[in-house]
Amino acid sequence: MILSVFALLKALIHLTNSDYLLYISFKSFLKNLYYFEQFLGGIVNITEKILAAHVGRDEVSAGELINAKVDVILANDITAPIAITEFRKTGAKNVCDKDKIALIPDHFAPQKDIQAAEQCKMLREFSKEHDLSLYFEVGKMGVEHALLPEQGIVLPGDLVIGADSHTCTYGALGAFSTGVGSTDVASAMATGECWFKVPEAMKFVYHGKLNKWVSGKDLILHTIGDIGVDGALYRSMEFEGEAINAMSMSGRMTMCNMAIEAGGKNGIMVPDSTTVEYVKGRAKRDYKLYTTDSDSSYVDVREYDVSKIMPTVSCPHLPSNTKVAADLSNITIDQVVVGSCTNGRIEDMREAAEVIKGKKVNSNVRLIVIPATQEIFLQAMKEGLAEIFVNAGAVFSTPTCGPCLGGHMGILAKGERAIATTNRNFVGRMGHPESEVYLSNPAVAAASAIMGRIATPEEVQ
Amino acid sequence: MILKGKVWKFGNNIDTDAIIPARYLTTSDPAELAKHVMEDADAEFPSKVSKGDMIIAESNFGCGSSREHAPIALKAAGIQGVVANSFARIFYRNCFNIGLPIFESEEAVKGIQEGDNIEVDADSGVIKNLTKDEEYTAKPIPPFMQELIAAGGLIEWTKKRLG
Ligand code: SF4
Repeated sequence: MILSVFALLKALIHLTNSDYLLYISFKSFLKNLYYFEQFLGGIVNITEKILAAHVGRDEVSAGELINAKVDVILANDITAPIAITEFRKTGAKNVCDKDKIALIPDHFAPQKDIQAAEQCKMLREFSKEHDLSLYFEVGKMGVEHALLPEQGIVLPGDLVIGADSHTCTYGALGAFSTGVGSTDVASAMATGECWFKVPEAMKFVYHGKLNKWVSGKDLILHTIGDIGVDGALYRSMEFEGEAINAMSMSGRMTMCNMAIEAGGKNGIMVPDSTTVEYVKGRAKRDYKLYTTDSDSSYVDVREYDVSKIMPTVSCPHLPSNTKVAADLSNITIDQVVVGSCTNGRIEDMREAAEVIKGKKVNSNVRLIVIPATQEIFLQAMKEGLAEIFVNAGAVFSTPTCGPCLGGHMGILAKGERAIATTNRNFVGRMGHPESEVYLSNPAVAAASAIMGRIATPEEVQ
Repeated sequence: MILKGKVWKFGNNIDTDAIIPARYLTTSDPAELAKHVMEDADAEFPSKVSKGDMIIAESNFGCGSSREHAPIALKAAGIQGVVANSFARIFYRNCFNIGLPIFESEEAVKGIQEGDNIEVDADSGVIKNLTKDEEYTAKPIPPFMQELIAAGGLIEWTKKRLG
């Protein structure tokens, strides 16, 4: 009872915080309330707890601007060059911590042209100059958001920033992680800190059991279709429920990866035994499991019955433009891409291989399969998945972001259409401004490669 | 600070791939990026835009990738500032970090047409439409952001802290 009264008062704080002038006039009232709440042990969600721990406090509240310590700082071959140039301008002689800065050439790497090679060289030289332990050369690198969790570099309870919008992926581990700009990374490399506005939180609850061929990708596409590309703008997206509890880390990462596609600041899930099992053997340092208090208040709570969610596809040119895959069978395609930080993990390779095994890629289609890391590449070889893809007539590529951002390794010509397991389908994302991208899970992408049009896995079985 | 300029108008969800397509990101040279600014939203834009112009857009301007190349390209093309209903969050922080003034005002977005001349008082948030003789207000800029602007962006602010 007392707790729910406080949840109400807390909601009041959130309301008043949103208006700065009101905030001033209520300041002393809020301050007293804050101490009172602290005395009782406030009601806090997981995002607020992690942020508070990184400013050395018990609590922070939504709307507040804080300067927090970061555990991992990430940049890639597109964003690191600006970060390095800006870092030099701060006048700092040394980086804050040589073991906290991960520089990963993955977007235009292996270096696609001379300019890309120059950018990658900047990362290599800066890493040498500052003796960075988390630089990943071609041959060791993978798509950053698949690589960092796989290598145990990002861990539960961490605060992670990356000059890449899909840095929100690591929320699946119970970390606060968010995309920032290159200048933020430059400043953090110098100080070990970054500024944040504590986000308001939205909760998404997924009840029930997933249908066959429905995965984390379909849940997140469905959710973005529901709330829109700015439905969670500036907010934290907390995912929970029976379907999440039953989901592998791979599916969870796919979901948190796309929080940014709804405008979210971070996606996050409370860690459980699946998380701990995943981290075991990977973590090279201590980590901390945070939870959400049961009476935490949210600006919005959405509930879904996942048994009603079918394989889902985002149509051009927004991730929120979702339709059921089965309703798109008239859409012919020229290219299929299975890979990226969203769906390039071993589970995704297995899912696509299961559908394609023993079949041939349609003669009108190019199928490009890109495992996200070297470890996944090797595992796919060991399990015979690479052979399944190559026998079917697909390209099986070394890890890279490649076509996901229209970089290299599969660019679309004018008027061409692709279905991809990636996360964005904006105008020109995979090539010519007049090409089109549809987004789906790996099983739908594989089925479409066989049929030469958007298809469901059932159709090819 | 007073910004005065002619307006280009854009719609909802202008993403960073539209502001500066990834195919040009093998460089971070502002002048090179400026040559392709807004190209996938309006292929003619790089040749039409002149120094001192302003952009008015609807909601969620700058969504998508975290690339700072987007505000850098706008700034290098001579865009003085952007007014929108709302901004995507990474774009929002990038603008304050690198010193591209941005303002949130639904009434301004509604009232201002392409080609109008406007004057924005960055300190008070008052936006004047000189063509139509109308006045709108933008949301106040939070104190910390003002501090960033006053310092001359995040790098200068960081320098001060380190110094
Ligand atoms: S795979 Fe695509 S979305 Fe992921 S980091 Fe690379 S370019 Fe970005």
